[in-house]
Amino acid sequence: MLKITNLHKVFNYGKINENYALRGVNLTLSRGDFVTIIGSNGAGKSTLLNVVAGSYLPEIGQVEINGQDVTKWPVNKRAFLVGRVFQDPLKGTAAEMTIEENLALASKRGKRRGLRLGLNQGRRHEYREMLSLLGLGLEDRLEDPVKLLSGGQRQALTLLMATLGDPEILLLDEHTAALDPKTAIQIIEITEKVVEQNNLTVLMVTHDLKQALEMGNRTIMMDRGQIILDIKGKERENTTVQGLLKKFNEKRGHEFTNDRVLLSE
Amino acid sequence: MWINLFMRTIEQGIAFSLLAMGVYLTFRILDFPDLTVEGSFPLGAAVVAKSIVLGVNPFLATLLAFIAGGIAGIITGVINTKLKIAGLLAGILTMTSLYSLNLRIMGRSNIPLLREPTIIRIIEEWGISSRFVALITFILIVLLVKALIDYFLYTEVGMAIRATGDNPVMIESLGVNTDYIKILGLSMANGLVALSGALVAQYQGFTDVGMGIGMIVIGLASVIIGEVVIRTSRIPLATLGVIIGSIIYRLAIAIALQLGFAPTDLKIVTAILVIMALGAPSLRKFMIQDEFAEHLLEEGVSDVKDN
Repeated sequence: MLKITNLHKVFNYGKINENYALRGVNLTLSRGDFVTIIGSNGAGKSTLLNVVAGSYLPEIGQVEINGQDVTKWPVNKRAFLVGRVFQDPLKGTAAEMTIEENLALASKRGKRRGLRLGLNQGRRHEYREMLSLLGLGLEDRLEDPVKLLSGGQRQALTLLMATLGDPEILLLDEHTAALDPKTAIQIIEITEKVVEQNNLTVLMVTHDLKQALEMGNRTIMMDRGQIILDIKGKERENTTVQGLLKKFNEKRGHEFTNDRVLLSE
Repeated sequence: MWINLFMRTIEQGIAFSLLAMGVYLTFRILDFPDLTVEGSFPLGAAVVAKSIVLGVNPFLATLLAFIAGGIAGIITGVINTKLKIAGLLAGILTMTSLYSLNLRIMGRSNIPLLREPTIIRIIEEWGISSRFVALITFILIVLLVKALIDYFLYTEVGMAIRATGDNPVMIESLGVNTDYIKILGLSMANGLVALSGALVAQYQGFTDVGMGIGMIVIGLASVIIGEVVIRTSRIPLATLGVIIGSIIYRLAIAIALQLGFAPTDLKIVTAILVIMALGAPSLRKFMIQDEFAEHLLEEGVSDVKDN
């Protein structure tokens, strides 16, 4: 499904602020895998997601999706394969456009856009039903500009948009981090719902270690540009947050530091 | 006499509204500060004048002007997206090149059209009262263009253009090549601007190579006035606002002239108008902060600086 081979990414090579963000990352996902990614500051989690999305081109290495080598494809060319939700709720939607228009933009993901009207009654009906499943009352606000929505509502809409147009992979980059705790829980529930409905393969970066162990079927831990831990199945079920931290210390010999990380059980 | 002046002013407003529409497309829809306008407006006028003088049918000549403007827009778009030169500079480069090109097209700096056939004169021959010909012609053209733009901005491509101006990262992640979209938008916008130049040249009876100076500010002023008159996020209303804005701008200018302003001072008046309108949010922010401080003082907070 997704195959990442020997990925290296360097920023500002040869300059004083050189940053070797990915140092030989290998990762293979099967269809339907839901992988949570944790790691300390600057571990390369977001860089990894950006390389999969096509925002960054790696110096060395290969990204394959569905057996196709997409390493050199720009973002817009691989859009039909990859849906994405950013941490910032403002990034995933067009603020001045209405809810239904945003959904219409997303439903043409990676397809040819022509001179037909972007919206019609059939589509409106479809969108209304989709939105009603979110349980946020957005189905009655189809014609509202997105800028009127709260952060949580926008993120929920972004999630829906990220799954429209049948992408293969969903990338979630700390997509609940900017929300208040109650809204974050709502968004997590919606995430699980849409992932299940669309049978998506997911890479999710999170700063909540407990959530990382509870969601999905596999957890990887990154540090200094490498994957240092990859657990699934029984091993993962038996791992606690404290256990994760202990494993980190054993592997790296330094403390797990992330200024936002949630350590609570 | 007053009626005549009023009608001429309305006619001008409508002829220039296509320029405002182009500026609306780039500045507002595409979020691209495009200065190509200053060159594509006289380009349209130059192409239409030269073609008419060479014996081309005025309707065809007007269409050629539109196409020429579209090409100018494409050039700015390619300079910006493919060569990664900032949008503002890309527009300036095209505009500067167009000055030379326009002189080449015209062969001299001024072409009179008073004795030539124009679309206005052709329609006059169809038997419409000559008093209303220009007005009716311009209204029909502008309404047709407005309807096409309104429709287009709700199509799949048109929505991609709006999204590119709104959130380019997002629309790219949905599979849209924002480079092509920008080039397309700039091309359409400058086509409209050149069309406006072609109409104005036929209306005033001559093309002058310097007639593009200040056009960007006039276009912006019209767009801003339109936004004040009609506050909306709906495209058909917004484009209507642009047309109304252009007419109101011409009326304001006519009044200023009647009041005794020198025609040469109008550009600075227009510029100040735009500065005030665009600067209003910042000015308001100062004022609100002051109000807030006043409010605090009234509540008995003696020294706001020390916490």
